[in-house]
Amino acid sequence: MSVIRLEYRHVSMHFAQGHEKSLTAVQDVSIAVADGEVVSLIGPSGCGKSTLLNIGSGLTAPSEGEAFVDGERVQGPNAHVAFMLQKDLLLPWRTIAENVAFGVEIQGIAAPERRRRAQALLENLNLAEFAGHYPHQLSGGMRQRVALARTLAVDPTVLLLDEPFSAVDAQTRMVLQRELAQTLKRAGKTALLITHDLQEAVTLSDRVLVMSRRPGRIIDEIAIDIPDRDDPLKRRQHPTVNAIVQHLMERLDIGAPDHAAGASV
Amino acid sequence: MSGVSTTGAAKSSAARTGAAASVVLLIAFLAAWQWGPGLLGIPSFIVPPLSAVAQEAVRMWHISGLAYHTGITAAEVLAGFAIGSLLGAFIGYLLGMSPVAEMALSPYILALQIAPKVAFAPLFIMWMGFTVYPKILVAILIVFFPVMVNVLTAVRTIDPDLVNLARAFKATRAQIFWKIEFPASLPPLFAGLRIGSTLAVVGVVVGELVGGNLGLGYLLSFGEGQANTPMVFVAIVMLTLVGSLAYLLVILIERRVLHYLPKRAHTGF
Repeated sequence: MSVIRLEYRHVSMHFAQGHEKSLTAVQDVSIAVADGEVVSLIGPSGCGKSTLLNIGSGLTAPSEGEAFVDGERVQGPNAHVAFMLQKDLLLPWRTIAENVAFGVEIQGIAAPERRRRAQALLENLNLAEFAGHYPHQLSGGMRQRVALARTLAVDPTVLLLDEPFSAVDAQTRMVLQRELAQTLKRAGKTALLITHDLQEAVTLSDRVLVMSRRPGRIIDEIAIDIPDRDDPLKRRQHPTVNAIVQHLMERLDIGAPDHAAGASV
Repeated sequence: MSGVSTTGAAKSSAARTGAAASVVLLIAFLAAWQWGPGLLGIPSFIVPPLSAVAQEAVRMWHISGLAYHTGITAAEVLAGFAIGSLLGAFIGYLLGMSPVAEMALSPYILALQIAPKVAFAPLFIMWMGFTVYPKILVAILIVFFPVMVNVLTAVRTIDPDLVNLARAFKATRAQIFWKIEFPASLPPLFAGLRIGSTLAVVGVVVGELVGGNLGLGYLLSFGEGQANTPMVFVAIVMLTLVGSLAYLLVILIERRVLHYLPKRAHTGF
């Protein structure tokens, strides 16, 4: 019923590795994320999660298959998607407000509108008083919030998030997770979240996808039927969270090469 | 009282102590220069005392056109430094953005970098005569490399994710350069300019020593010919002054341009 905002159709990715050898990072992955849905992608390191993000944002073309955003085939970077990484990638020579406006500036939006958007986002994220500061004057958690504001400033329909909070301390991470959840809910954004943190995957999303070791395939999908998706701190208390995390841990172990044949059935 | 103000006070008191020690050292050095040679029995034609050098400076100011020659040298340094660093930066960006060009040109650039640049001075004088141009050319050549290498390395080591971020926002090649690569390369560029500003003086002086009757290098070799040790000292002091001014100029521009860097990165020369 609801519109599909982000879709991967039978996507595979091979990387050339010297003479006639190639490494398959992702194999035959199909994912569909509906409007307003938040889906987490978990899996062992090097299973091709970040490759999927690059394909979705149009930075790399898949070897096989296709990606669609807002019903349009991804053929290069486009305005419907924005990504956010573990690194904040703030430009040290720009003030916080100028960093937030970086994307819209490239897109050619006029200066007054850029300033208005940056100001509004900074106010939403409680950073208004730091608009004129430079990145080195902010803490890691604040910098990551600025990165989120920059991602939202271009008003994308789909957000691709690659371990956005893995570099911040545990307390800050919980605060940032809640801010992200509330922001996504309020703006009705669709998101694909790549994470290593199983609890983060469960508390933030509507659905969790489990990937296998390389070559990465989707080996499991768990719907998270817990209320309060916009409040991960509250969700954390819910009794089923631990059971799901436990289940995901088992799935990740079953994803080992020895068991791969059984898992792919 | 608070941690911040304590460290601030500690820092400024450290700066004051450092500055005071600097002044004391200067006075000690000047005193040693004035009375040291006499006490050690060094003849004044080997190390003339400070007062003799000062007298010679006054004589040169009135008779030998010290101001004129200093002006010539300063102008050559400025021209050589400006052209050499512009060229170095330009080629550095070009090679940084075009791996093919770098592959093709790097052996020749390396060879030219290994060749002692000052050895070109006689050649340039043979080509261009006893004018200011061969001196400027030596300065250009010697300033070129540190600036180019710094810019090239800076462009090469930019975080590819930063470029991808810009690309994901559909940035054009020109936007990636002006909004990411160029500003990101400025700190290393200024490090190259600092080195270049001191090397420019070396290039110009070598050119002036080799030939011509212009500049502080000329006064230097003239003094040597006359066995006028104080004159040689005056020329050396003036050259140091010209070099320091060039260096100071770079620092002042750097502080304006790189104002966003944490303050600590600027302290000290």
